Amino acid sequence: MSLKGKAAAIGIGELKPFRDPGDATAFGLMADVASMAINDSGLEKREIDGLLTSVAFAEPGMFYPAAVAEYVGIRPKMFDVVDIGGASGAGMFWRAAAAIDGGICSAVLCLAADTTLANPNFPDFSPFVSLEHEFEVPYGNTLPNCGYALIARRHMYEYGTTSEQLAKIAVDQRRNANHNPDARFYDRPLTIEEVMKSPVICDPLHLYEIVSPSCGGAAFVVASPEIAKRSKHPPVWLLGAGEATDHSSIAFAPSLTESAVKPAADAAFKMSGVDRKDIDLISPYDCYTITVLVTIEDAGFCKKGQGGPFVAEHDLTYAGDFPCNTHGGQLSFGQAGFAGGFSHVTEGIRQLMGRGGERQVKDAKLAYVNGNGGIMAEQCGLVLERRS
Amino acid sequence: MSGYTKPVPHPNAVSRPFWDAARKHELILQRCAGCGAHIYYPRSRCPKCMSDKLEWKPMSGRGTVYSYTVVWRTPTKAFADKPYVLAIIELEEGVRMTSNVLVAPDQVKVGMPVTVSFDDVTPETTLVKFKPA
Repeated sequence: MSLKGKAAAIGIGELKPFRDPGDATAFGLMADVASMAINDSGLEKREIDGLLTSVAFAEPGMFYPAAVAEYVGIRPKMFDVVDIGGASGAGMFWRAAAAIDGGICSAVLCLAADTTLANPNFPDFSPFVSLEHEFEVPYGNTLPNCGYALIARRHMYEYGTTSEQLAKIAVDQRRNANHNPDARFYDRPLTIEEVMKSPVICDPLHLYEIVSPSCGGAAFVVASPEIAKRSKHPPVWLLGAGEATDHSSIAFAPSLTESAVKPAADAAFKMSGVDRKDIDLISPYDCYTITVLVTIEDAGFCKKGQGGPFVAEHDLTYAGDFPCNTHGGQLSFGQAGFAGGFSHVTEGIRQLMGRGGERQVKDAKLAYVNGNGGIMAEQCGLVLERRS
Repeated sequence: MSGYTKPVPHPNAVSRPFWDAARKHELILQRCAGCGAHIYYPRSRCPKCMSDKLEWKPMSGRGTVYSYTVVWRTPTKAFADKPYVLAIIELEEGVRMTSNVLVAPDQVKVGMPVTVSFDDVTPETTLVKFKPA
């Protein structure tokens, strides 16, 4: 049993992230990206028979899939919420492929959108479960900043990783964003010195190592091989997928520095039959610089603990020897709330379709995407391919 | 009124013995009678062997700082008044806990020995914190 080559992404839709929500609603943005992705796929809306979505921070609730289907105006035969945080977009890709391969449906719309606006209907909403309210929050462990800072500090302790090495990730990704007109920080260059001089928020993490909350959303359509044959753009095939979790609260992770990215990536590469050295670009979730560093190590692109020297020695830009987050990553593209993780999936698809514009990675055929949820808690790795 | 504005834990039947002991300035954790594992946070069953034969045992209160961060800025208003040291403490008994180290921000180190320090934040609530040993 394998999902290798059983389904392909045939369309994408994505909003340029923006800071001020204005009149935007999460459901309104979902309809926007749904419309964009369906149009991009070349399918009629009535051909969409599957829906996977995520619950927006700004508009939480239950019975979400039917509400989104109703709002968007589709009547899917498979519909669900994928609740694995920033790994949800990657997780939807293989779930869509599995449903298609199982004969349940044939064209799945995967989408998420969010705003930074606190919804007055849910003034006390918190994404934490009660255990975190009881054993984490009273000590001030209130936001992901804290958890990733704990990881970065431990990585520095175990391996001698430096803030300058981490800053290099933000800087190279910014150079990618400077070639992506849809990135929030498109017109703002960034240097290592500027990262190092930005305020320390949670020691050792500086402001420019942390994502900027944004409004936005993204969607993609995953379709059966039969439908993919008639898509407008080159289909991007799922070759391998793997998923893993080993904790929820970071205090209970087996290790702060060796994450569940490893089993997820190993499973994805094993299913795909692809060698890591043949990957043309990676698109790893990047809520923080340390997230990218740990992912590069655990996904097997360098030895454990060598992520610091690796990112210092390699060029992570679209034109470099190790293209990484060619859209700028969420650090420079913007993090659209719960939809943020989608940008890594859509950029992987976009690059393999050859639609990267001035940031196109030359002859890109194979991409590795990593979705990461919570505090390195939920991991989903994907190997994607454009067939020549 | 104590004037304490930070969030406090709301114990349930499973966790109440832990918080009741903290109020008496005792650190107790569950120990699985089935496999011997120490368990934190309190649970209804052992996450290792799934036994429901769990016994409360006193801990030494000694441990080390596994990792830490100094939180200089947070949008969470209740914690925004001054920087604080958030840490993961590894207890001598092998269990990790999220807590605070009551020390100046420039004094905390990974691996530093610490000992439990009970913080009576309200008449009803005592938080389990740590200080340099």
